[in-house]
Amino acid sequence: MNTPIRVLVIALAIAGLAACKSKEVKPVEEPVRDTTPPVQTTPTQTENWTDPSLLESKPCLVSRVSYFDFDQSVVKSEAMEMIRCHGKWLASNPGARISLEGHADERGTREYNIGLGERRGNAVRDLLLANGGRGEQVSVISYGEERPICTDSEESCWGKNRRAEIVYTARQ
Amino acid sequence: MRWIHACLLLLAVLLAAPLRAQQGALPITVPNGVEGSIPIAIVPFAWEAAALPDPTQIDQVVRADLNRTGQFNALRKEDIIELPTRASEIRYPTWRTLKQDYVVVGRVLGAEGGGFRVEFELHDVLKQGSLLALSLPARTGEFRAVAHQIADLVYEKIIGVRGAFFTRIAYITAQRIGEARYEYAIWVADSDGYNPQRIVWNSEPFLSPAWSPDGRSLAYVSFERQGGHSIYIHELATGARRLVTSFKGINGAPTFSPDGGSLALTLSKGGNPEIYLLNLASNNLTQLTRHFGIDTEPAFMPGGNSILFTSDRSGKPQIYAVSTSGGSPERITQVGDYNARVSASYDGRLLAMVQGNRNVYRIAVLDRERGGAGAVRLISPGPLDESPTFAPNASMVLYAAREGNRGVLYNASVDGAVRFRLLELPGGDVREPAWGPFRQR
Repeated sequence: MNTPIRVLVIALAIAGLAACKSKEVKPVEEPVRDTTPPVQTTPTQTENWTDPSLLESKPCLVSRVSYFDFDQSVVKSEAMEMIRCHGKWLASNPGARISLEGHADERGTREYNIGLGERRGNAVRDLLLANGGRGEQVSVISYGEERPICTDSEESCWGKNRRAEIVYTARQ
Repeated sequence: MRWIHACLLLLAVLLAAPLRAQQGALPITVPNGVEGSIPIAIVPFAWEAAALPDPTQIDQVVRADLNRTGQFNALRKEDIIELPTRASEIRYPTWRTLKQDYVVVGRVLGAEGGGFRVEFELHDVLKQGSLLALSLPARTGEFRAVAHQIADLVYEKIIGVRGAFFTRIAYITAQRIGEARYEYAIWVADSDGYNPQRIVWNSEPFLSPAWSPDGRSLAYVSFERQGGHSIYIHELATGARRLVTSFKGINGAPTFSPDGGSLALTLSKGGNPEIYLLNLASNNLTQLTRHFGIDTEPAFMPGGNSILFTSDRSGKPQIYAVSTSGGSPERITQVGDYNARVSASYDGRLLAMVQGNRNVYRIAVLDRERGGAGAVRLISPGPLDESPTFAPNASMVLYAAREGNRGVLYNASVDGAVRFRLLELPGGDVREPAWGPFRQR
């Protein structure tokens, strides 16, 4: 072996060692990077809050209805995530417009229930505004007990009717 | 061949459905009168005109009218064994044997110009004498109206209060006409539900019909304008409509002042529902209530100086009164968790409202001249009764009820002793009755 060849062999051996060493290190470092972030970060990075298809795919945006207790207009905690999402959509899409339709169950008088439906609509509107929506993006209309989801005179049905529905009149 | 019949039947049903929607609610024949109330025999009227007889059975209409009040027990037609048509033919012992206090006889005669004259007499069986003998003009198609006027005159003579049968009622129907498609309509009919006429209809809801004091117009709430409620005044004879308010938010619960010059209504344009007074001549709007609670369902007291309304300012809906010149409201109802949608009798003595207790909503009548527990009387069984409206003489109350998933109208005597289902609509709802004012004879 002449010197140049020997130098090359040694160099290759060092490089090979180095390569081996780096291969040994990588498996330790890479799994940390690979398993935890990729699944969550990649969609967040590609989630586009101005893409209208998000309204039909993201569960908290697909969800549009907030339910209420009898004679109450306090928004329940289970509706909060849904409302926060729609607030974010309004903030991300200045042209978006929501009509909030407030409803009541059949118990009680019709015009009082119109008042109750409006109060429920207003409660959801206030939370949408607190979560990024602007006043001109949200209007409230009360249907009282005039537009029931179901018409059986029992609690299972009444609970479905006591609601405020988010209806997009403009998505962006 | 059978399938052809089935198809024809289906076709007939399909064709009949929209027709039925236009024909409106069906009046229900009033059953017999109430034991213990005033016994009266209405003898079938004789047809003595040259023209072919009108199909209207005047005696039947009068009988049903009087029975509806609960104050009379009209002798059933099949129990009438003699058919006198004038005073000279009445044999008092017969009617005394039948335990009748009064007997009414009558006849239809031809009149000049192709019209008719309906003559009738009211006799006191015990005193064996005539109390009333009158002749009313009639044209073809007016015999039911004449019968209601006869019932009014008989009622007034015996009870001492003007009868309210020759009046009209308004109500709302809602009928499913397809997948998630409804037709809402406002109707006007005779006080017994006959002669329904469709005033206005739409695929969006109507609410809260209210009569003008002259009986010529209805005010109501419509959802027909995109994105909001509006209040219209609708002239019945011409169909002309005036858009009264369409502010942002609620435009609701219109009701005419007794002089017809203004409208009390609910507006939420200021952020939440408040009672306002709208001068119909000047369009001047006066706010009467100021509270963050729901204030709605205004109703004038007779005289027009005070307005009753529903407010949940105490936490639950209760009835309050406020002066039309302003000031702080005074709470009226003290009994019950839920009192709403009040209306006052012509003399202001009685207040009818919806009283809720847990899941049961009944019609309550509050007598303001009585104190204590007897002041409030529940006149309907519930569980979802609403929209009480007094006859203009306060002898009866009409209200809406739910029966087997359908809205129907009930007619109750003011003490609740007698209740009859007045109107129903196959496959649909009848709701929100409003009893119109007295009419000129």
